[in-house]
Amino acid sequence: MTSEHKKYFLDNPNNVALIIRLLVVVCIVLFGLDFVLERHEKYSLANIPGFYALYGFIGCVLLVIIAKWLRTFLMRPEDYYDKKIQRKNARGENVDS
Amino acid sequence: MWILNLPPFVPFLTIAVVVLFTRGRLSAALMLLAPIWGALNLWQIPADTVVKVTILGLELTPLRVDKLSLIFGYMFHVAAFFSVIYALHVRDKIQQITCLVYAAAALGAVFVGDLLSLFVFWELMAISSVFLIWARRSTRALGSGLRYFIYQFVSGLLLLLGTLIYWHQHGSLAFSQLEFQGIGATLIFIAFGIKCAFPMLHTWLTDAYPEATPSGTIFLSALTTKVAVYALARSFAGSEILIYIGALMTCFPIFYAVIENDLRRVLAYSLINQLGFMVIGVGIGTELALNGAVSHAFNDILFKGLLFMSMGAVLHMTGKVNGSDLGGLYKTMPKTTVLCLIGAASISAFPLFNGFVSKSMVMTAALELGYDWIWLVMLFASAGVFHHAGIKIPYFCFFGRDSGLRATDPPANMLLAMIIAATLCVLIGVYPNSLYQLLPFSQEYTPYDQSHVLAQTQLLFFAALAFVWLNIKGIYPPELHSTNLDADWLYRRLVPNLCAPVIDKIIEVDRNIRQGSIDKLHLLLNTLDKLHRPGGVFSRAQTISNMTLWISILLACYLALSLLGNGSI
Repeated sequence: MTSEHKKYFLDNPNNVALIIRLLVVVCIVLFGLDFVLERHEKYSLANIPGFYALYGFIGCVLLVIIAKWLRTFLMRPEDYYDKKIQRKNARGENVDS
Repeated sequence: MWILNLPPFVPFLTIAVVVLFTRGRLSAALMLLAPIWGALNLWQIPADTVVKVTILGLELTPLRVDKLSLIFGYMFHVAAFFSVIYALHVRDKIQQITCLVYAAAALGAVFVGDLLSLFVFWELMAISSVFLIWARRSTRALGSGLRYFIYQFVSGLLLLLGTLIYWHQHGSLAFSQLEFQGIGATLIFIAFGIKCAFPMLHTWLTDAYPEATPSGTIFLSALTTKVAVYALARSFAGSEILIYIGALMTCFPIFYAVIENDLRRVLAYSLINQLGFMVIGVGIGTELALNGAVSHAFNDILFKGLLFMSMGAVLHMTGKVNGSDLGGLYKTMPKTTVLCLIGAASISAFPLFNGFVSKSMVMTAALELGYDWIWLVMLFASAGVFHHAGIKIPYFCFFGRDSGLRATDPPANMLLAMIIAATLCVLIGVYPNSLYQLLPFSQEYTPYDQSHVLAQTQLLFFAALAFVWLNIKGIYPPELHSTNLDADWLYRRLVPNLCAPVIDKIIEVDRNIRQGSIDKLHLLLNTLDKLHRPGGVFSRAQTISNMTLWISILLACYLALSLLGNGSI
């Protein structure tokens, strides 16, 4: 059996699903802890149960969506700066700068 | 004092000179000796040492040791130590020497007490560090290095100009808290700002760091920007403008980091984001905030170094560092994967990792002074850091889609360097007092209280949940071969394009002048040719009698002239 055909832990979709399920469970538990544990926050809004959880989730979703939208006008081909500026000279021929 | 205790930069500079004449393993051993000797030397220098000398009537302070400079000294030695180990296999003389000189310059800069001496080390840092970029020996690295050097050079120039003006206005050259008014202080502020990668002045960093050699980037990421943070903390602590600049620095790079493909460039953006936290801390200027800024600088050297080292290892082993080309490397690079994950957890400020114990100081300090909005911005940036440095980098490199690459873990020295950095990340996370006792201000601060740990854990786990959700929904932007436009577009495209018509005109005029001269030259050559060709005036054969006649005439003229001359006397 060569390493090419060796099965690794994450090659099994069930294991991936397990990890995701575990993450969801941890998130639910963490969210639930907000109602159980005493908090003493300097910032008043942070006393709302689930403040950090929602802030983290919404913040990241917004981050990715905005970043993705930025691609529409920031993205250029990989060799964008490698190309020399092409200019026409008086005779209409291309000239490398 | 001078005989027993050397200024902290001397060990590095001395060994750099010696390495010039050695080869192979001896060079490697000597390089390793530099941070050890340096650390022992630094250990022996008593705190609050100040050495002053007077040169040409100028009172300079080439050595000033206090708690603020000491902790930066310590962190540079730690950084130099693991960076040298990481680079032990490198047999490139240029890199070996310049990295030592660069470390020496950075140490020199944090231990001087006047602005003129600072300028000397400031420039030495620029000159030595650029070779770590050029040592990659690619066309891109050449261009990036050149732009990097111009930025650094301008920063030095502004520092010198600002220093002279400030000296003229205030009569002081002291490198200490400056009065932030007048053009002198402003120029110094901008000089520091360039090196600290303030927004719009930051592109040298994201341009050049990813183009440097794998080991060169480790030195670069540790030194230049931290010297700038030190300089700001020394001279402009408590300047409110820094809070807003810092807030901007924490936020804008994370958007770029999400869409950037080159993973070392992602880390470069992430570096600016981390610098933002430090700059905010310096701007707030309270003891807690400054302690936070300094300890975050220390921690950043460790976890950012660790992350850059892990990406350097991937680049070294696979020759690739783009997210779109990598994936599934955990299968054959398990050690690097674990070490990278430790770095990722540290930069994301997970409890029990070092990022947690320093970032929270700055954030608490912001709330204490009523900067609620800034606190919210930092909270967003914290989630964002986790998103790009904590998840994106390990995910696209070591997990995710299997790229089919089957590279092994890097050489032992690279692994050892990463293990040292990772161990320190965890050690400081678990025993924060080991770092706190080195801080410039003694203050009681307990990072591990229940609500704070819970808050940070919630923030991070839900950020991770967001990543998973976005990925499953297919919203997450794929890694694409691309270049993202940043402020450097202004001078790499806009200005050259605007100048193009002028340059075209110059080229045209120049061409006309040259063409005209060539035409004239041709005309002259044709004329000469006409005169000399067979049948031309100068090519006619002369008879001997003709020649004799002309000689007789010449001699007769000569005789007549000499007779006339004698007659007149």
